[in-house]
Amino acid sequence: MSPNLVYVVVIGVLFGAGVSLLLERTLTRVLIGVVLIGNGVNVLILMGGAYGTPPIIGEAPVEGMSDPLPQAMILTAIVITLGITAFLLALAYRSWQLLGHDEVQDDAEDTRIIELAERDEIPHAKESETEDLPSPVYDAGPGWAER
Amino acid sequence: MSFLVPLPVIIPALGAALTLMMARRPGAQRAVSLTALTTTLVVSSALLVVTAAEGPQVVAVGGWPPPLGIILVADKLAALMLVVSTAVTLCVLVYSIGQGSADGDEETPLSVYHPTYLALTAGVTNAFLSGDLFNLYVGFEILLVASYVLLTLGSTENRIRAGTTYVVVSLLSSVIFLSALGLVYAATGTLNMAQLAGRFDELPDNLRLLLQGMLLLAFGIKAAVFPLGAWLPDSYPTAPAPVTAVFAGLLTKVGVYAIIRTETLLFPDGRIADVLMVISLLTMVVGILGAVAQSDIKRLLSFTLISHIGYMLFGVALASEAGLSGAIFYIAHHITIQTTLFLAAGLVERRGGTTALDRLGGLGRIAPLLSVLFFIPALNLAGIPPFSGFLGKLGLLQAGVDESGPLVWAVVAGGVLTSLLTLYAIGRVWNLAFWRAPHPDLPRADDDSEGSTVLLPKLMVAPTFALVAFSVALTVVAGPLFGITSEAAADLLARTPYIEAVFPDGAP
Repeated sequence: MSPNLVYVVVIGVLFGAGVSLLLERTLTRVLIGVVLIGNGVNVLILMGGAYGTPPIIGEAPVEGMSDPLPQAMILTAIVITLGITAFLLALAYRSWQLLGHDEVQDDAEDTRIIELAERDEIPHAKESETEDLPSPVYDAGPGWAER
Repeated sequence: MSFLVPLPVIIPALGAALTLMMARRPGAQRAVSLTALTTTLVVSSALLVVTAAEGPQVVAVGGWPPPLGIILVADKLAALMLVVSTAVTLCVLVYSIGQGSADGDEETPLSVYHPTYLALTAGVTNAFLSGDLFNLYVGFEILLVASYVLLTLGSTENRIRAGTTYVVVSLLSSVIFLSALGLVYAATGTLNMAQLAGRFDELPDNLRLLLQGMLLLAFGIKAAVFPLGAWLPDSYPTAPAPVTAVFAGLLTKVGVYAIIRTETLLFPDGRIADVLMVISLLTMVVGILGAVAQSDIKRLLSFTLISHIGYMLFGVALASEAGLSGAIFYIAHHITIQTTLFLAAGLVERRGGTTALDRLGGLGRIAPLLSVLFFIPALNLAGIPPFSGFLGKLGLLQAGVDESGPLVWAVVAGGVLTSLLTLYAIGRVWNLAFWRAPHPDLPRADDDSEGSTVLLPKLMVAPTFALVAFSVALTVVAGPLFGITSEAAADLLARTPYIEAVFPDGAP
């Protein structure tokens, strides 16, 4: 059984478009990307089974039937994608409610460590003056010295 | 006794449905969750006894004989994982009930919590028991979707931020997994793992390598191995303490379990053993270096979590009986310890109001019981004798030394280094949070004002204590436990017990 070219092209386009959307920072675009890739995967699974007449006994000879298992798997996958789409939409909406946008943000803790690195400081060098950069007082903390 | 096999999936799933219907009656919800998980624990223990005595148990779900229908298979590995994970989930449930009632149930919307928590358990047990790759995918999806909800409980700004990263990364791994399934089915015409074991041997080498790579990538993201684990320390610590604890204990280990299962059953030729060695070394060393740089207990623990996944991967890469046995023992140990530490961190957060190391101090003097609850699992994690962490690492490193080759020795050296650095990281937490003079902002031990956090709720302390006791018990029963894990490892390597249990008349 050789793969159907139309399927292959469709899968390629869906995956390509989906991946480029996944790389965006906006959650809504990520969501559309996930949906596109999800459909691409569905077509991919469909391509894995035999093609033929509807797999209903009595309607057609057994030899020429299509493979029903990929269709069952796709149904499951569709249901899962539906649930995840709903969740992602809620997440994007909540993010917009709280922050006014739905962009995937940087890790605050990572940012702090990067800033320390840029200033060429090790975390326990000294107390930080800025409010938003609480200095982690390590072994040289005041309480430690008292002991 | 094979009727026991589906119960660990059905009971929590039923419990989830029941608790969802009782959304307005928190008391009934708690009773149902506790009953469901206790029963699951009993059933899982029975399964372990049965599989140890009679070999793998198989159930064809829906009455369709394999390979037509989905099957559930409980072998020694799956049963052992079930027992440990259910015991841990039960303890964390009690802890979360304690926390919920102490907080007046305001912070966590409990009506969602119980159904999702039970669904998560059902997903985990389904993944452990699945004898079919597609059902494994479904198990992963159940536990992932439940984990999305649990991670964003209350949908505060911080949790939405962390949850977004987590959800997108997990989706990516799911998509890779599902694509791999499509390709596997196209190449072999089956997804039944026992049947695949035979059919993969007939595939061309390159195709098999591609499929193996895709599956490893999908499981690697879930198991948070280097370089696929960067999402973990960002997302886990923001969740409520019990949620972080159960995630840390179970979710990554399900990924490791899937890696062990597929590597031994489907791809036993060990073609990528060297790659796995390098990955395990990097996971260990990079993870623990990350932990050393952290200034928050929960984040530090998340990095040690990633780091120690490397040990398990090392055992898988060795693919010897001793190596796999050590890896399985280490999983059991690590599920318990990591959960305990996160629960203890939750208690620290409750007592001190924070887990930031610069705002803690002197807990050893003002909260001695809490200190003990943190100290024992912390030493266990670092691998101090006689705890199970030491025994697990010893087993793995010994298995490594038995093999020869510079790469194996490099990983063994990396393992020892990681163990020392874990001790350093944990020692720093101990020094800063517990040992130095008490921080002025911390509530004193004699503070009995309204809303004081000095008295920790008994229902939070008791499960933590139970898990500490369980982890110590792992040391006491280490001999018999190593016996079970060696048998499980031997079965995994032989492959025939699993395949013959599914197809008594030979694979079609």
